[in-house]
Amino acid sequence: MTIALHNISKVVAGQTHIKPTSVVFETGHFNVLLGETGAGKTSLIKLMAGLDPMATGTIEIDGQDVTKLTTQKRNISLVHQFFVNYPHMTVFDNIASPLKVAGMAKSEIQGRVEEAADILQLRPMLHRRPHELSGGQQQRTALARAIAKESRAVFLDEPLANLDYKLREELREQLPELFAGRGAVVVYATSEPEEALLLGGATALMDDGNVVQFGPTAEIYRRPQTLMAAKVFSDPPINVAKVTKQGSTLTMGQSASWDAAKMNDAPDGTYHIAVRPHHVTPMPTPANTVALNGKVLVTELSGSESSAHFAMPDADWVSLAHGVHPYQVGEDHPFYLDPSACLLFAEDGQIVAGGGA
Amino acid sequence: MRKRNLIPIVYILFLMLPIYWLVAMSFKTTNEILSGFSLFPQTFTWDNYVTIFTDPSWYLTYVNSILYVSINTVISICVALPAAYAFSRYRFLGDKTLFFWLLTNRMAPAAVFVLPFFQLYSAVGLFDTHIAVALAHCLFNIPLAVWILEGFMSGVPKELDETAYVDGYSFPRFFTTIFLPSIKAGVGVAAFFCFMFSWVELLLAKNLTAVEAKPIAAAMTKTASSAGYELGLLAAAGTLTIIPGAIVVYFVRNYIAKGFALGRV
Repeated sequence: MTIALHNISKVVAGQTHIKPTSVVFETGHFNVLLGETGAGKTSLIKLMAGLDPMATGTIEIDGQDVTKLTTQKRNISLVHQFFVNYPHMTVFDNIASPLKVAGMAKSEIQGRVEEAADILQLRPMLHRRPHELSGGQQQRTALARAIAKESRAVFLDEPLANLDYKLREELREQLPELFAGRGAVVVYATSEPEEALLLGGATALMDDGNVVQFGPTAEIYRRPQTLMAAKVFSDPPINVAKVTKQGSTLTMGQSASWDAAKMNDAPDGTYHIAVRPHHVTPMPTPANTVALNGKVLVTELSGSESSAHFAMPDADWVSLAHGVHPYQVGEDHPFYLDPSACLLFAEDGQIVAGGGA
Repeated sequence: MRKRNLIPIVYILFLMLPIYWLVAMSFKTTNEILSGFSLFPQTFTWDNYVTIFTDPSWYLTYVNSILYVSINTVISICVALPAAYAFSRYRFLGDKTLFFWLLTNRMAPAAVFVLPFFQLYSAVGLFDTHIAVALAHCLFNIPLAVWILEGFMSGVPKELDETAYVDGYSFPRFFTTIFLPSIKAGVGVAAFFCFMFSWVELLLAKNLTAVEAKPIAAAMTKTASSAGYELGLLAAAGTLTIIPGAIVVYFVRNYIAKGFALGRV
C-alpha cells in the first residue's frame, strides 16, 4: 500500500504554505516528517487527509486517485498533537465511533474495540469518559481509535509532543509494534531528529513548506543532500564553518587546516563544512585527529554525555562527548575533529563530498 | 461563628423580602391588603389562585406568554447555532465587523422598535399573534444567542471537527451527535437568556398584542386599572410569573456566570 503525492501544493491568500511536493510513502515502516515548528508538517498531513484544499497536484492512496474524495471517504485515521476525543462519549464509544459510522455489526465492533483496547492497555478504562483519564491514556484512546478503524493510512501529527518525558518514551517504543503488520501507511510528524532515528523507516525532511529530502532515515542522516537538510536533521545543531580548499588541504580560516585527500574530487574553492557535535571531542582519538583551539563558552552535562559550546576565531561550535569532562567556562581547551565525518557543501548548499559517498 | 453568619442572613432576608411580600399578599384578600400592615395573611385564602386558574382571561395570558417565549427560544437557538458555528470556524469577508454589529440591536431601548414593528405587523396581518411577539423578540435574542454560542463553540478545538470528519462523520451527523453534545451547556445558557429576555419583556409584547396573544404582564397592568383594585389577584399572578423563571434558572445555575461572560471564561 502506498500514498503517492504528485506535485501537491497549498496556497492560502496568495501565500504558499506548501511548495509543490512529490513523495511516495510506503507501508511496512514509519514515514517520518521531520521539521521544525512551522515547517509545514501539519499542513502536509491536512492536505493528505483532505481537510484543506490543495492548490495543485493529485494524491493517490494505493493507486486510487483520492484528490477529489472528501475526508470522510478517504478511509484514513488521524491522531493530533492535542488529545482529541469525543468528550461526551465513553472510551469504548470513542474507539467504536468510526466503526459505528461505517455501519459495522455490533458484535464485530465489540471485538475490534476490545482488541485495540487490549493492545493499548485501556481495558479497565473502557467505560470512563476522556476527561477522567490521564493525558497518556487520552492519547492512547485516540491511537486505539486509529487502530480499530484499520484504515489504509494513519497520520500521526506529533502525537507524543504533549506527553511528559516518561510516557513519551514508553509510547514511542510501543508505536512501531502497534502498526506493524497492519498494512496501513503510517506518516509520523515530529520536530525531534532523535525520534526520526528511533522510529526509523523513511524520513522526509521539511523546511519552509518544502520537502527538502526524502529517503531511508539512516541514509538521510548519513548523507543529507543540502546544508539545510543537515541542519534540520541534527540536534544539537550541526557545526558549520566556512572552509577553503586548495589541493588536498582544507583550511578553516585561522582555526585549523587539515588534509582531506578523500575529498579530492571537489575543485578548489570555498565551501561550507558541517560536522555533527559528537564528531568533535575534547580528547584525541584514532579518528579525531584535527586539533581545534576553542574557548569554552557554555557547558552542559546530561548524565553520561557532556557538551561544550566553544568559540573559535571563525565559528562557534558544539562538542558532544561520552563521559564527564571537567570544563572550566572561559578556559582555552583543545577539541579534536574527525575529518572523515565532515560533510562538504558548495556555497549554494548542495553536498559535494562526505557522508560516505 | 454567629457574627460571621449574620451579614449573609441579613442580606438574604433583604433579597427575599419583596418576594415574601408578594407571596404573602397572594394569600390575602384585597380588603386585608388595603386595611393596613400585616406580616402574615390573617384570613388565608386560595381564592386568588382559583380565580386565575379558572378564568380564561387570566390563565390564557399565561399560555400566551409561554407560547411566544417558547417559539422565540426555539427560533433564536435554531438560527443562532449555524451562525455561531460559522463565526467560530470560518474566516470570511467582514466576519469581525458583522459579529460586532450584530449587537447594535441591543444598543437601543426596545421602545425604539415598537412603532416600526406595530406598523409593519398591522400591515402584514401579524398583529396580535404569538409569532409576531416571538419574531420581535428574535431581533434582540438572536444576536445575543450568537454571541453566547460562539463563545462556547470557540472553546471546542477545531481538531474535534477534523477528527470527526476523518472518522467518517458527515457534517450534519457530526454537528448533531458530536458537536452539539460538546456545547450543550452553551445551548442551555443561550436558551436561558432568550427565555429570560422574552419572559420579562413587556413593552413589545404589550404593544404588539391585543386579545388573542396577550401576555401575562399585560394582563396584570390591565387589571390594576379597570376592575378596581384587585391586589390579591395581582400578587397571585405575579407569584406565578416568577415560577417559570425560577425553574429555568435552577437548571442552568452552574453555567450562568459563563453565560454572562458570553461563553468566554
